[in-house]
Amino acid sequence: MPPTFPPDSVGQVIPQTAHFAEALALDCGRMLDACELVYETYGTLNADHSNAVLICHALSGDHHVAGYHKEADLTKPGWWDNCIGPGKPLDTREFFVVCCNNLGGCKGSTGPTTINPDTRKPYGPDFPIVTVKDWVRSQARLADRLGIQQWAAVIGGSLGGMQAMQWAITFPDRVRHVLVIAAAPRLSAMNIAFNEVARQAILSDPDFHHGHYYEFGVVPRRGLMLARMLGHITYLSDAGMRAKFGSELREGKPNFNFDTEFEVESYLRHQGRAFVDRFDANTYLLITKTLDYFDPAADFDHDLSAAFHRTLARFLVISFTSDWRFAPARSREIVQALVRAGREVSYAEIPSEYGHDAFLMPIPLYHDILRGYLARVAREVNAHAA
Amino acid sequence: MRPELELISEWIRPGARVLDLGCGDGALLAYLHTHRQVSGYGLEIDSANLVQCIQTGVSVIHADLEAGLADFSDSSFDYVIMTQTLQAVKHTEALLDEMLRVGRQGIVTFPNFGFWRCRLQIALHGLMPVVKTLPYQWYNTPNVHLFTLRDFEELCRRKRIDILQRMVLDHAHQPRSWPRLWPNLLGEIALYRLGRA
Repeated sequence: MPPTFPPDSVGQVIPQTAHFAEALALDCGRMLDACELVYETYGTLNADHSNAVLICHALSGDHHVAGYHKEADLTKPGWWDNCIGPGKPLDTREFFVVCCNNLGGCKGSTGPTTINPDTRKPYGPDFPIVTVKDWVRSQARLADRLGIQQWAAVIGGSLGGMQAMQWAITFPDRVRHVLVIAAAPRLSAMNIAFNEVARQAILSDPDFHHGHYYEFGVVPRRGLMLARMLGHITYLSDAGMRAKFGSELREGKPNFNFDTEFEVESYLRHQGRAFVDRFDANTYLLITKTLDYFDPAADFDHDLSAAFHRTLARFLVISFTSDWRFAPARSREIVQALVRAGREVSYAEIPSEYGHDAFLMPIPLYHDILRGYLARVAREVNAHAA
Repeated sequence: MRPELELISEWIRPGARVLDLGCGDGALLAYLHTHRQVSGYGLEIDSANLVQCIQTGVSVIHADLEAGLADFSDSSFDYVIMTQTLQAVKHTEALLDEMLRVGRQGIVTFPNFGFWRCRLQIALHGLMPVVKTLPYQWYNTPNVHLFTLRDFEELCRRKRIDILQRMVLDHAHQPRSWPRLWPNLLGEIALYRLGRA
């Protein structure tokens, strides 16, 4: 049977696992004796290893960023498949694309669901809370393993954009371009507040068992579902929700009960339920803390431009007009700090009604800008290789 | 456009830090980068221009000039440049002030409404002038403030802006010797280098 994948898809992909025996010192002071990172790659690494691009995933993302795991299931491509593939903005004919599931994740990399070798039980809540810096250091080990001394670009949206920024700060000479999309230089009190409500929903679920729910053969379904429903609201915009769901009663009249009477209720419940089946509550708790702790300026006297002074990469910063989770003003803070540090930066504010979720959408102007920028990166790679 | 780029570039110190307000497709910045090794940014509001700049590798920041330059600190650039933009903004005075706050010097180019053909068209026909440097009809022009060299110099005097250098060009952006005799009548495009003590 001929392949059934769309022609601009990277096709079927198989996740790989890198095992690291050397201990990793974490920001919290603890050591991770050994760890594994699950990752995927698309495209071909060129002879001088200069065409590698790292994609960093956000809160609920993973290493499966493009292509399909099963030929049979063409409805479930990777989470950023609309942007990555032959002829797409991140063109896999030009670039070697790498994406790994971050430490503390629940899609195969070492995290709370991994068996702790000391106790022979899942780490659960005992898994150390990792930071964006820890992630970047672990991703650097993966780069070493793959023979990549310097990334042509590190790209990320939301929490992924924070990792991209951190790459430029932690490893200035290991990244040439950094694409920071729908991110913020640190969380606002309101961002942290939403994370805290999400955490409380999980922590107060009777099935949580202080994070040791695996031993009880249950998962804190209700808590994780609530956390995801809350999160989802912050990913959308008022106008976008209005357009998508309206506020009409599904049956045209009120039933005076608490069943799903409005479209938006049924959407949120569906999103919440689907999430519980694919995500781990301890990972969710951990990553919301990773977000809360992100503050690259903290190491530089709380001066973000001082943090960027040592960077060598060129930056592209993108925001979306209706994103109120990480609003355009937050991206402009990043741009302003980069300008003050004298770094090369371009900035685009994309008109969109999709809210924070816009960074995953194939918005024409957004993709034109990514395509244009990455074409330039590819030109540099090819000029250097020639 | 080329000769104008060259003329501006002659005014720019090599290695300078430059901010180009309304940078369009980034041609000036690309030229200055190659010929004067400048660093800096363009500000642009039009999305097609943004894409163009990003493709060619010009650092461009999506911004609305009418909102001012609050994101930029005082004297953070050697030159702030505005080519063919001043006549198309509403807050002319405020933007001139912002220009000379953020930049140590300002460079401005604009079409001269005092050019003899403009005067003639109004005087003879009683119609809004349409000339090579002002090719629009009154109802579709992006320009909101039209002014002459004398108008501009009067404003500079009032605002205590120093005119460091002036040049007048024809519609092909070529410097000619004869407009120098009577710049406000014979010049089609004006170039100014500005400063403020």
